[in-house]
Amino acid sequence: MESTAGTFKENAKQALADAKLRDALAKLSDGFPVKRRDAAARLPEFDDLCDQAKAIKEHVLENLGFYLEAFEARVTEAGGTVHWCRSAAEARTTILRICKQAGAKTVTKSKSMISEEIAINEHLETHDVEPVETDLGEYIIQLRHEPPSHIIAPAIHLTKDQIADTFREKHSHLDAARNLEEPETLLEEARGELRRKFIAADVGLTGANMLVAETGSIVLVTNEGNADLTYSLPKTHIAIASLEKIVPTLEDATTILRVLARSATGQDMSVYTTFCTGPKRAQDLDGPEDFHVVLLDNGRTKMLGTEFHDMLRCIRCGACLNHCPIYKAVGGHAYGWVYSGPMGAVLIPNLIGLDEAHHLPNASTLCGKCEEVCPMRIPLPRMLRSWRKKQFEQEKTSFVSRTALKAWAALARRPWLYRLAVAAPIAVLALLGREKGRFRWLPLGGGWTSLRDMPAPEGGTFISRWHKERQP
Amino acid sequence: MSETPARSISVGLFATCLVDLTRPSVGFASAKLMEDAGCRVSVPQAQSCCGQPAYNAGDNADAAAIAANVIGAFEGFDYVVAPSGSCAGMIKHHFVGLFEDDPVMAARAGALSAKTHELISFLTDVLQVDGIECAYDGTVTYHDSCSSLREMKIKDQPRALLSRVSGLSLKESEESETCCGFGGLFCVKYPDISGHMVDAKVDDILATGADTLLAGDLGCLMNMAGRLHRRGSEVRVRHIAEVLAGMTDGPAIGAPAPLDTDKDKN
Amino acid sequence: MSDARTDILAAVKAATPGTDDEARQRLADHRAGVIPARGRLGDKARVDLFIREAERVNATVARASSMAGVPREVARFLAKNNLPMNLKIAPDISGKTIPWTEQTLLSVEEGRADGSETAGVSRAFAGVAETGTLVLLSGPGNPTTLSFLPPTHVVVVAASEIAGDYEQIWGRLRAENADEESEAGARFMPRNVNWITGPSRTADIEQTLLLGAHGPQRLHIVIVDE
Repeated sequence: MESTAGTFKENAKQALADAKLRDALAKLSDGFPVKRRDAAARLPEFDDLCDQAKAIKEHVLENLGFYLEAFEARVTEAGGTVHWCRSAAEARTTILRICKQAGAKTVTKSKSMISEEIAINEHLETHDVEPVETDLGEYIIQLRHEPPSHIIAPAIHLTKDQIADTFREKHSHLDAARNLEEPETLLEEARGELRRKFIAADVGLTGANMLVAETGSIVLVTNEGNADLTYSLPKTHIAIASLEKIVPTLEDATTILRVLARSATGQDMSVYTTFCTGPKRAQDLDGPEDFHVVLLDNGRTKMLGTEFHDMLRCIRCGACLNHCPIYKAVGGHAYGWVYSGPMGAVLIPNLIGLDEAHHLPNASTLCGKCEEVCPMRIPLPRMLRSWRKKQFEQEKTSFVSRTALKAWAALARRPWLYRLAVAAPIAVLALLGREKGRFRWLPLGGGWTSLRDMPAPEGGTFISRWHKERQP
Repeated sequence: MSETPARSISVGLFATCLVDLTRPSVGFASAKLMEDAGCRVSVPQAQSCCGQPAYNAGDNADAAAIAANVIGAFEGFDYVVAPSGSCAGMIKHHFVGLFEDDPVMAARAGALSAKTHELISFLTDVLQVDGIECAYDGTVTYHDSCSSLREMKIKDQPRALLSRVSGLSLKESEESETCCGFGGLFCVKYPDISGHMVDAKVDDILATGADTLLAGDLGCLMNMAGRLHRRGSEVRVRHIAEVLAGMTDGPAIGAPAPLDTDKDKN
Repeated sequence: MSDARTDILAAVKAATPGTDDEARQRLADHRAGVIPARGRLGDKARVDLFIREAERVNATVARASSMAGVPREVARFLAKNNLPMNLKIAPDISGKTIPWTEQTLLSVEEGRADGSETAGVSRAFAGVAETGTLVLLSGPGNPTTLSFLPPTHVVVVAASEIAGDYEQIWGRLRAENADEESEAGARFMPRNVNWITGPSRTADIEQTLLLGAHGPQRLHIVIVDE
């Protein structure tokens, strides 16, 4: 998809002024974190499971080649096909080709961040194949031509009234008298509409939460059951996944599943967890006749062994978004691309380049909450700093900040000079600020004083006063 | 307070640039607390900053130069203590990584890391201080700064000491663990987002009805005080060391100095 | 084609240190990780935990003393909820195993679902007490569509098939399907293994929890004790 990450600041400003978005985000961050905390508290082994889940992915990344080949061999034995794709463009071409071979007019889709990443919908549309998102949130934003604003709750930014307006505009057959005032009636309307699509679909396109090397299975996790209708009704099932989704065994997948839903929504287990292996068996009464796995690199191999290697452990639970004060302030769209929140701020520059995404690693207080709640123990703040370091090394930090920083550092590394330099300004500020105790405005201080007063210094510096008092 | 131990502990007080420049009373309060607990406190002149502004801006070369200076100035003490989770965290957790290509400096940074502490946890966890003889008349709410909480694992320590202050009652806020939006240069680079965060923080503080806000990091305190004042709040804002040391006669952060006194100001 | 596979594997192998031996061994061992103690209970307590957890996620549970008692429990459930007495059932629980015709009010048909049904009945391979989860296997006798298309889903599971944790189910599956004619090691897996934990739900509209998003609105579990 087209990025607007470059205008993060403006996006954020807009988001902060959007009252409806404010309400939605307040609700989100009051809900998920509490549920996650309770779910973790209900399971004494939660922390051990996180440690183990992390170790599983570390092991996978060290042996990725072996597991990818093992996975491919099992998929093939089970009668499926693996398609390796280096780039988003290759994946788009591959998926379109399979759709055309299947004579597809309609493709139902269950939520897949990878499919957002490769912008498959636009590609299918321009080639006369209708893609239909079936996750309720994804369906709503597809009708509105919007990107997801959260990796597990894509329509989190919308109110029920906005959704009702969208349905009235897009569902052309809709009776004007139809009640669409409540979430229940909105769901009913969408469910009816999507039922017809499910049954008519020629191809079902799903993502995959994991790929199991031992069995060649893909793992799908949903609460709605839309993924299961997506793969079980059409003749062809395509699953698209990036290559770091591999886990060794069913037992390893199980360990990760135990932390996934708890971290994401605070459920012990999502409603539907499905392991799909190959196409339908000859005697089966339902299921797809063809099974394809599109295995996508799109920048992952470039991250291996770099300072961003650990990011490949991410299982897309969304916990870092749900707990991030920046995400809570600006929402997902401000980040300007498919992903958002702390994981987005680390991943997006890897996938679309640091120039376009230059704001994202900087728009963080490095408060560390994301790392604290990450079930895969990904050191997100460390990686945000790594991006900042790259920016500084490549001289992409703005000239003004760079110069100011260098000037300050030149003083800070020479304490004697520093003491001389700070004494006079501090004395002046202390004198000027004594009466009120604070400043409402300071030269060059607009970033601070637009919203806050600046407390005035007490007077003198601690170090000079200490030495004066202690060594009379 | 505890008796002076037979062996006197030498502490290098890393004042932090914000305390040094804007609020010397926090430095004096920190020194008093440690001296009362039997430490010999020194304040090396050769200190400026821990290097975080450079480090968090990706300027590791300058951060390393500043770190080398801090290491040189402080490695002779038994302990290094800072009245800030953020600066102590920088020395403790990030200095070593700045010297990846210099094993000698990395080893010195590692040695310094091992003896560096944030003030409050130094008092409770190292010096085992459990009694504080001081009074504060007020209802206090405490903000857990991100570095104190997550890097330095400080949560119960300040509360344990505050519970010993006579006249003080603690009123916890819902979001005491949520970032205030300061983030060093973040607050001037992204003022809109930072402003939104500190506003949420101020709402949360005001909801407690407390008359005093305490924390262990001056950056966060200045940010929250600045927003509280801009919104016309009367909540007094202080570093926790000032209260524990019984040094609350002077004006709170951002409060006007009394007109009738004219203390010597260097 | 020069090809993506070669390129990707070359890039991966250049960047990763692993020797294949450790990984190969891991696949062969498929060792279990940390298994929560929660499910490690005696038979009765385990079934009780299963029921509690399933009810916590909005499933309803009934018990029948034998397979013969299942039709009565299903009829009672449908009547109580004012649902039509029509069932589409999995061939695995046809009249040969369960005497549906004894409940004369019930109209029972066998096969896969096509979207016109009001209730589907499946046979579970297992239950997992840890989270109140049902494990269903697809196969000629147990079509997957029955679990997802009808608005009401009834699942029959034997009390003896309720395990404490998922790992036991993988073990059972490997053991029971080991002798399926298999040229490949992974043939113990059917096309779909479905873990079902409560009825379908969504919170995509204003974070309001609603049941029956695309899958069934009601999940009714009949535990057979015999």
